[in-house]
Amino acid sequence: MTVKQLSVFVENTPGKLAEFTDVLFQNNIDMRALSIAETPDFGILRIIVDDAYQASCVLKDAGYVLSITKVLAVAIPDEPGSFSKIIKLLSENEINIEYTYAFTTRKKNQALMIFRVQNNDKAIDVLTKNGINLLCQDQLADI
Amino acid sequence: MERYYQPEIECASQDQIKTWQSERLIATVKRVYENVPYYRKKMEEKGVTPDDIKSVEDLHKLPFLTKDDLRDAYPYGLVAAPLKDCVRIQSTSGTTGRRVVAFYTQHDIDLWDDCCARAIVAAGGTEEDVVHVSYGYGLFTGGPGLNGGSHKVGSLTLPMSSGNTERQIQFMCDLGSTILCCTPSYAAYLAESIHERGLQDQIKLKAGIFGAEAWTQEMRRDIEQKLGIKAYDIYGLTEISGPGVSFECSEQTGMHINEDHFIAEIINPITGEVLPDGEKGELVFTSITKEAFPLIRYRTRDICVLSHKKCSCGRTHVKMSKPMGRSDDMLIIKGVNVFPSQIEAVLLNKGYAANYQIYVDRVNNSDTLEVRVEMTPELFSDTVTEVAAKEKELVDALKAMLGIYAKVKLVAPKSITRSEGKAVRIIDNRKLY
Repeated sequence: MTVKQLSVFVENTPGKLAEFTDVLFQNNIDMRALSIAETPDFGILRIIVDDAYQASCVLKDAGYVLSITKVLAVAIPDEPGSFSKIIKLLSENEINIEYTYAFTTRKKNQALMIFRVQNNDKAIDVLTKNGINLLCQDQLADI
Repeated sequence: MERYYQPEIECASQDQIKTWQSERLIATVKRVYENVPYYRKKMEEKGVTPDDIKSVEDLHKLPFLTKDDLRDAYPYGLVAAPLKDCVRIQSTSGTTGRRVVAFYTQHDIDLWDDCCARAIVAAGGTEEDVVHVSYGYGLFTGGPGLNGGSHKVGSLTLPMSSGNTERQIQFMCDLGSTILCCTPSYAAYLAESIHERGLQDQIKLKAGIFGAEAWTQEMRRDIEQKLGIKAYDIYGLTEISGPGVSFECSEQTGMHINEDHFIAEIINPITGEVLPDGEKGELVFTSITKEAFPLIRYRTRDICVLSHKKCSCGRTHVKMSKPMGRSDDMLIIKGVNVFPSQIEAVLLNKGYAANYQIYVDRVNNSDTLEVRVEMTPELFSDTVTEVAAKEKELVDALKAMLGIYAKVKLVAPKSITRSEGKAVRIIDNRKLY
């Protein structure tokens, strides 16, 4: 019930992001989602792709340092209050969120949120029990 | 009209100086051979005995002493006087494993103070002056040295020590300081601060004695212009005594070495061969009047030139140029000695790659140190918090090792240039030499 996110170390200087996206483009890799956490000196690029293994091989060959993290991809109705409901559930169950970001899908009326939490198993349990839909890696191609 | 603290010594003939040097060298060598097993062993290894030293011309027969010797003999191994006669200890701006501890008898302190007094008088100091000492006091020799020299001259001495700029400026204005003694970077900072407060008309400074770090002619002119003073250079090292080993006179074309106390040589740092006047090489000192901690042929690692050219100030003692570099890879950052090997040890210990670069710069006349380290898969994480925590851990470890703050910059793998052969580890943008 998780998806694989690639986190990539990139220096915070002009041109580095362009170099990175070019590697993906040259290898015909399509990003499903992208988020950047930045510091004055470096950034951590977090991306979701269909084939995490292939993308990680390509990036390693290009000399990048990266890690693969299992994160939650949560499908929520595209309406006010649905994100709040999930946050509340996690909060009530004392599940700490490291970070979260949103991305769009081609499906109407559905938004997707990525959650990086400290305890995946507990979060999956809480969310599924409350009828919230989590995506697996192989469902990514359809969204 | 040039004034001297000890004219009969400072303006003595070259022959007289040679005579003093020979007598004192012979006595010192005999004394350390008899009292210091470490020296005796070194001399035996080189096959020299005190009988071989008949004048200063024989100095080259003696073995060199290096910082490694000082470390091996730490703490008491080179002390040549009974400990009961020693009254003071000073230490270098120490870094782990490289700390140097120097010992002084009362006689040694008196002579050291005399050397500093010569420097103060050469900068125009008299008993009418208010000498404002903003060098650090404590183990560092800067404060105690100039403080003692100022007492000898009979000036009113302000033992300010470093820091607390607000108070420095207030005392300077209220008490009418006329001679400022501190590091050139602190002088530049004080000058800046005085201007920001619009107090340049309130200060009465006429001269400054600045040392303990490298500074350029541009920096000198800048400080002189901002403070309305004449700025004099002073040189020294804890191993030999402290500030006042040599000092600048009105001519400002080099620093007169107090040759009645210290014999200077310039050597080829690779072969050890003694080089003639005017040739660039490593400066080597032999202290010939010290009781507690006499050093024989101590290699300073500073690259200099000596000149016996007649000086318009009337002093006859040999002049050394400002140090033009180092014969080892030591950096002096904020007055603290830093070796790249120390940084490397911390990195390896914390699991980083040994591929790193050290960037040194001077921003607003203050030194900055940045260590660039390549990111590795082991250290990387998807959260900024975790990466920042590891970075912080490294900053703390570097601070513990070096004694000063070093900014850590994590860079992409393989982004630090690998060169053929010797790696370029240090990028010093201060352009001091």
